Amino acid sequence: MIGFGWLEALLRVGRKLFVKPETQLYPEQKPKLYPRARGRIVLTRDPDGQERCVACNLCATVCPVGCIDLAKAVADDGRWYPEHFRVNFARCIFCGFCEDACPTAAIQLTPDYELSEWRRDALVYEKHDLLISGEGKVRGYRYWSVAGKAIPGKDKGEAEHEAPPVNLKGLLP
Amino acid sequence: MIGMIITATISVALIMVLLVLAGTFTWVERRLLGFVQERYGPNRVGPFGSLQWVADTVKILTKEDRPPPGADKLLYILAPAVAATPVLAGFGVVAIGDGWALSSVDVGLLFLLGMLGLTAYAAVLGAWASNNRFSLLGGMRAAAQMLAYEVFLGLSLMGVVMIAGSFSMTEIVEAQRGVWFVVLQPLGMALFTIAGIAAAHRLPFDLPESENDLIAGFITEYTGMSFGLFFLGEYLAVLLVSALAVTLFFGGWLGPWLPGPVWFGLKTAVIAVAFVWIRATLPRPRYDQLLSFAWKVALPLSLLNLMLTGIVVVARSAS
Repeated sequence: MIGFGWLEALLRVGRKLFVKPETQLYPEQKPKLYPRARGRIVLTRDPDGQERCVACNLCATVCPVGCIDLAKAVADDGRWYPEHFRVNFARCIFCGFCEDACPTAAIQLTPDYELSEWRRDALVYEKHDLLISGEGKVRGYRYWSVAGKAIPGKDKGEAEHEAPPVNLKGLLP
Repeated sequence: MIGMIITATISVALIMVLLVLAGTFTWVERRLLGFVQERYGPNRVGPFGSLQWVADTVKILTKEDRPPPGADKLLYILAPAVAATPVLAGFGVVAIGDGWALSSVDVGLLFLLGMLGLTAYAAVLGAWASNNRFSLLGGMRAAAQMLAYEVFLGLSLMGVVMIAGSFSMTEIVEAQRGVWFVVLQPLGMALFTIAGIAAAHRLPFDLPESENDLIAGFITEYTGMSFGLFFLGEYLAVLLVSALAVTLFFGGWLGPWLPGPVWFGLKTAVIAVAFVWIRATLPRPRYDQLLSFAWKVALPLSLLNLMLTGIVVVARSAS
């Protein structure tokens, strides 16, 4: 209590006045984020420009805060797509589980983190807010060309890496 | 009559200036604390963030200010005013230049000490009126701390008074024309610094509001501008103690080339910055450590200082 350590402490702290601050002045200096940074959620399209999402509901199921809401619809060509797709960013915790769960690489998290809004309901993003025109982080992946489901222009057994369907009623080995 | 009006006008002007100074000082402190912590502090509002305190004031004025249920309403509202008024009154006797004092009374120093002592009452009043146990504990600490530091705050100054032979601020400064009292009274200066920090309830001696064990101590229940007034009182007290230190130990307005009030302002600013520096560095002592230091170390030391000064002064006058 009576020692002189406090003098050394004062000098050390005083010296800090001449050290350049470490702070990043945020709005002027944007932080450098990597593509894997988990920010705003987007829905991507495949290389042909078609929606990747097949409305399988895995993302909504795995979401720990339940901020994803979607409904399935079937197009005329037999493809599935989400009729509506909503992400409530007021609840989203940006955990990335939805991205992990997605079998079609449709839902992806981007490094965009500037999501502030004045009104809370402006944070509910509808499908047209989420859907982007590009492929996102996963390039050249077409879910429908590897899936076994038949769609116009691709019958069963014609997908990539897919063997022709087995004729269960045939007698040949 | 005319004289009274002039005095009143100057008083109001002085209060305005002081409030602006206290506001600016909050910004200076936040900036300095930021820099020693390798960050910037407020730097958005106004040039270099210098108008941050204006924005904060506007914000704090629009906040709801509501006594907690069960509080003694009158005292709850009165306490913040009691925190700020005596300190403002204390500035009335501070001489910032030769003859530049609102009121140059002969017992200016005594008046100042009395006004500084009154701030502890605000803490106790606010604490008791808040009807909150943490507040009450803070208030009791404020009272005990006041008992501890007030004793050697007064005694550490008496050496200066003995050498200068007066309680008047002007005459104390005039007595330092040859050599500043910091040279003659280093121990007194050190003790006054410690007591002054405690009197202003500043870190490391902000035990009445120590946030890690008492939430915010006596200001726990305060919101809005009544909270702001407590803070204003604290920052004004820092400026007052700095001004007092300059007057007593650092030659007041004396200095070459520049006019007296400028010197006074510069010296006060340096001491006020030192307050921030100390705050940024030293950890808060435990409550009993402060009390035992005050009673067992500081009080005997100040008595020793007083005795030695007395012997020297008597020997000088005898020879």
